[in-house]
Amino acid sequence: MAKKTAMDCVKLARDPKRPHLKDFIKLICSDFEELHGDRLVNDDRGLIGGFATVGGEKVLLLGHNKGATVEENMEANFGMANPDGYRKAMRLAKLAEKFHLPVVTFVDTPGAYPGREAEERGQAEAIAKSLEFFSRLRTPVVVVVTGEGGSGGALAIAVGDRILMMENAIYSVISPEGCAGILWRDGTKAPEAAEALKITAPDLLKLGAIDEVVKEPAGGAQKNHKAAASAVKKAVLAALKALKKIPVDVLVEKRYEKIRAYGNFYS
Amino acid sequence: MSWFEAKTEKVKIPPAKALWAICPKCGSHFEKAVWKKNNAICPKCNYHGRLSARERIAQVADAGTFSEVFRAVSYSDHLAFHDATGPYKAKVEATIAKSGETESVVMGTAKIDGHPVMLGVMDFAFMGGSLGTGTGERVARACEQAIAENRPLVLFSASGGARMHEGILSLMQMAKTSAAIAKLKEAGLPYISVLTDPTTGGVSASYAMLGDINVTEPKALIGFAGRRVIENTIHQKLPDDFQSAEYLEKHGFIDKIVERSELKGFLAKMLNYWGF
Ligand SMILES: [Zn+2]
Repeated sequence: MAKKTAMDCVKLARDPKRPHLKDFIKLICSDFEELHGDRLVNDDRGLIGGFATVGGEKVLLLGHNKGATVEENMEANFGMANPDGYRKAMRLAKLAEKFHLPVVTFVDTPGAYPGREAEERGQAEAIAKSLEFFSRLRTPVVVVVTGEGGSGGALAIAVGDRILMMENAIYSVISPEGCAGILWRDGTKAPEAAEALKITAPDLLKLGAIDEVVKEPAGGAQKNHKAAASAVKKAVLAALKALKKIPVDVLVEKRYEKIRAYGNFYS
Repeated sequence: MSWFEAKTEKVKIPPAKALWAICPKCGSHFEKAVWKKNNAICPKCNYHGRLSARERIAQVADAGTFSEVFRAVSYSDHLAFHDATGPYKAKVEATIAKSGETESVVMGTAKIDGHPVMLGVMDFAFMGGSLGTGTGERVARACEQAIAENRPLVLFSASGGARMHEGILSLMQMAKTSAAIAKLKEAGLPYISVLTDPTTGGVSASYAMLGDINVTEPKALIGFAGRRVIENTIHQKLPDDFQSAEYLEKHGFIDKIVERSELKGFLAKMLNYWGF
């Protein structure tokens, strides 16, 4: 078999048959109690969260709610969150901090929702606040990039202590199509852009943007949800076990150092 | 990440085009000398046009007080990025040669009406003011120096968003700068964000929107996603003033729209209120 290209990964990451948030919740959590709303204007469906039990561990789980069917995606905007989604995420994560529970986030979104109301309710401000907020949250945060890590809308819930990424997931500053449209002036050059941007898990590990690649079953997670979820569960539990041992002051300081080191090529 | 596309209306451009400046908001044209003399403000519609980082510093910092820092922190081509028009390295080197700047934000210590500050100004002419690893590093270092020297931070933004030529690590600068701003605030120091035309994408969605106060100038474009992307998503035409300074103020994300001639006085007034 020829070597997998970056565009092969893009296709796998977007495969509708790939496990999504609700599949992971079903396969990983013995309990999940969803909590709704940002206490301001709305209950965003693109990003959901609640308290969950994973392998006996009590956690606060957050994730982009990308679906498999048209109906699911109509409800949840294909996992593209509105500002209300990010504000809900912060509200719930604050509760986790209060009750000394760790946060686990599942990242799978084409990006933050580009809509009129999203802009009017401060999409930029909500993402910015979220980045600031999670950088200082006084409880462990484990991030799993499971599908598409689309730009700022993904990063808003991907600032944490341990960043895991599934083998065929992608994570990028811009979609390959978007990048090709701007820098190649030709959207069909997405494969070239995907290659140039370095968006696959092994490449991101080399760049220091993520900490660990979670192996997928042969052929990809879409072929075996159970095995894929089991590998994710194992990696999340191992990360939680290690992070829970660290005193919270040290944890937050180490998180800052980790974030601070992103792309610091400068003496 | 979104980017900025100027919405220029079709106007009849008189001969000797190079002598004319066209207002991107109302389409009026003026002799370049008139535009410049009016401080890049449209005499017809009061759109506050773009200034270079150096022009801005000259207008905001007290004479002779600006002392530049981090000039050696420049771009990084860790992806050896190459697109249809050539290598990133060639593009950015050409920008450096042309502009004399080494990154999209110029940082330094300065005084504003006698108040000592850390002053940063982005330059849209440098790769569209894009947020690269060097830009993010300068912002983070500015926060740390501000904490070490007990200085407020005043940061002028002008940007189309993250610099895609630097890939995922440009995205990560949104996290890095926001984390550094969080530390600055924890230290009890003020941060005034001045969002100038245009501030969009990854910069608006990180440090630019995190000011203790966010201020802007008349008619500046501020937003997250690009207008065209939104119109294509919602299949609706957006109002003309969508993502303008006035629109953002109306929706509660801007503390004040300040005329350029009053900006320095306003910054000093706030610093004075806060005892800095
Ligand atoms: Zn005008």
